[in-house]
Amino acid sequence: MPEFAVARFTGPKYLQAMVATDAKPDGVAVMKPDSSALELRGLTKRFDRLAVDSLDLTIRAGEFYALVGPNGAGKTTTLRMVAGLLRPDDGTVSIFGIDALVDPVAAKQVMAWVSDEPMIYDKLTPLEYLEFVAGLWGIAPSVSKPVAEELLSSLGLEPHRHERCEGFSKGMRQKVALAGALVHDPRLIILDEPLTGLDAVSARHVKGLLGERVRAGCTVIMTTHILEVAERMADRIGVIAAGRLVAEGTLTELRQQNGHADTSLEDLFIALVTLQDAA
Amino acid sequence: MSSATALSWFARHELRLAWREWFAMMTGGRRRRARAAVIGLVFFAALLHLPAWAVIGRFADLQLPLDKSSLIVISATILLAWTLMLSQAIESVTRVFYARADLDLIMSSPARLANLFSVRIAAIALSVTLMALLFSTPFIDVLVIGGGPRWLNAFGVIIAMGLSAAAIAIAVTILLFRLIGPARTRFVAQILAAIIGAGFVIALQVAAIISYGTLSRFTILTSGTLAAHAPEVDSIWWWPARATMGDSAALLLLLALGLVLLGCVMAIFSGRFADTAIDAAAYGTSSRKRARERAFRGGSRQQALRRKEFILLWRDPWLISQTLMQLLYLVPPALLLWRSFGDSSVALTLITPVIVMAAGQLAGGLAWLTISGEDAPDLVATAPLTPSSVTRAKIEVVLIAIAAIFSPLVAALVFASLFQAVITAAMLIVGAASATAIQLWFRVQARRSQFRRRQTSSRLATFAEAFSSIGWAATAALLLTLPMAGIVSGLMTAGLVAMTWKFSPKRE
Repeated sequence: MPEFAVARFTGPKYLQAMVATDAKPDGVAVMKPDSSALELRGLTKRFDRLAVDSLDLTIRAGEFYALVGPNGAGKTTTLRMVAGLLRPDDGTVSIFGIDALVDPVAAKQVMAWVSDEPMIYDKLTPLEYLEFVAGLWGIAPSVSKPVAEELLSSLGLEPHRHERCEGFSKGMRQKVALAGALVHDPRLIILDEPLTGLDAVSARHVKGLLGERVRAGCTVIMTTHILEVAERMADRIGVIAAGRLVAEGTLTELRQQNGHADTSLEDLFIALVTLQDAA
Repeated sequence: MSSATALSWFARHELRLAWREWFAMMTGGRRRRARAAVIGLVFFAALLHLPAWAVIGRFADLQLPLDKSSLIVISATILLAWTLMLSQAIESVTRVFYARADLDLIMSSPARLANLFSVRIAAIALSVTLMALLFSTPFIDVLVIGGGPRWLNAFGVIIAMGLSAAAIAIAVTILLFRLIGPARTRFVAQILAAIIGAGFVIALQVAAIISYGTLSRFTILTSGTLAAHAPEVDSIWWWPARATMGDSAALLLLLALGLVLLGCVMAIFSGRFADTAIDAAAYGTSSRKRARERAFRGGSRQQALRRKEFILLWRDPWLISQTLMQLLYLVPPALLLWRSFGDSSVALTLITPVIVMAAGQLAGGLAWLTISGEDAPDLVATAPLTPSSVTRAKIEVVLIAIAAIFSPLVAALVFASLFQAVITAAMLIVGAASATAIQLWFRVQARRSQFRRRQTSSRLATFAEAFSSIGWAATAALLLTLPMAGIVSGLMTAGLVAMTWKFSPKRE
């Protein structure tokens, strides 16, 4: 087993079993241990205007990182480039030392993507969906089935595990999509507005599950418009505006940077974005 | 706003929506293509006059009174057009029930729902009639030019047919809702529309095969047996034929009948239309189909993809019926094969192009479903597989499905003629591969539920797929009868596919 895997997976037994299977890509075993989970250097993407402008960002392994910013700031575009859904015009993406632009398959093996619009198959049941996702990531059925059942149970989907998803509410669909992202035990979870459409109870479930994963050594990067979530859950917060990172740090560091010791993240955010707009 | 003003306002709203849907269908949703679409449409309409002249030109001089055989042929043609209109009307009605996103708005408004839905029913009748007029105009033009203005009555007959087809479609669909519920109605209505649309032609062909051993439906229509059993020439059954040929009294009666039928349907069903729409809108939110408990299956990542595709195809009867309805046209040749088993007749040769054509069309539909119709594109794109391995797995699904469906027919052909079976199998593979390749080159990410609109994404792909299937079918037939001509036809079709590739969008 590669060094990083032994060091990282101290969580439940099934997680350790999973990394011991042949699920890991060939290239991963030879990569050097790296303290950064994600490194973006000079990441640039232009559509009809510049969406992401030479973005530099480093997220440490085992960190919960929240990316916040106004609409159209470039948050989703950034995450889609990290997930391999968009090709950057310029710059590099490194995931646990793997160059995601050179070896995307190896990079994808260790990460998961969840978007704000849950994309699942209406004609599959949650359990069948998880079986399919586990199959795509090459996880042995003997490992993935108990993990899938545990995930469905922890997300409150146990009574619906054999029902087709076509009748599910948006919240239930989002939970199925999230379970799909976790069933192959990714080391980096990328979430774009994962709490959109979830009720308070479901949102708490999801937040609890993400917190558990971070405590087990997983890295999470998440965009959100709910600043209270970023404030309470994130180890560090990045504020992005007009495709650039305008501020970054823990909540305390952000307050210090802006000279407001007791202000809320919402006030800080508005101050930073207004400042950026003025510039 | 008075009731009359509200109704006319709503009618304008419906017409605008219908126009924009039709415009989007013609232009693939791109406004810049409007001019090209208009030119293409005019060109297509002008071009349609040529086959119309070839098919119907010789009938322009027909005068009343007619003998029974002529009345049978004209009435059967009108009935065929009517069944196609009824099929289209059933599809339109189910689309209004299931796909319109404005039902919540309409039903939460203070307007009288029965009135609003009467307008919607009228809009369905109008759209069905207009579409029929569009396609029949070249044929009627040919008759008017060749036989005089009395044939203009045919436009009136088309309008009467449109009104009656819409009325019956609405009544049938709402009754289906009441009898079997919204979940099954969508599927059953789809099958019903396909059977009605294709059923009449297939029934005639089946009758011709059983009676005369030929696929030609005219053989049965002009037979003395049918004429002997047909009603007398002054019977009410010949009104549509007489109205078409200039009998104005018969035309007025048909129009009155169509209007009364539609009026009755509006009066009886416009109130229930709202309830039916609510049920249809609720369909999907209360579905509780359960799967069995079983162990997770292993295998490679590609196997997981293939398994998923097969499950999705199997579990969506509405989608699969859209694709498989093309197989209805295989019923007559299969019957002919069965009848002519071991006989090397010319009729048997006709089976090969039909099979090749059906395989091409079916492969195109399945390829769209598997390649473009991916409901979780982000999931597949973020999975640790190369894009080429994903595409390969999806193409394999298409080819496996085609092989499973057509192998029995080819195997049966082996016993009748080994050479014909080999040619059929080879052209079937080439035809299916060409249709799949065209879908691959022109793939556009879409939801599977948008299958019906797949042809609007690229007109070039649609035409290329159709011409490629026709080309390979013709090649197969010619290889069996005139091998040199078959080789030329094959080269031309291969050239067409190559040209299509050349014009396909460039991808990374």
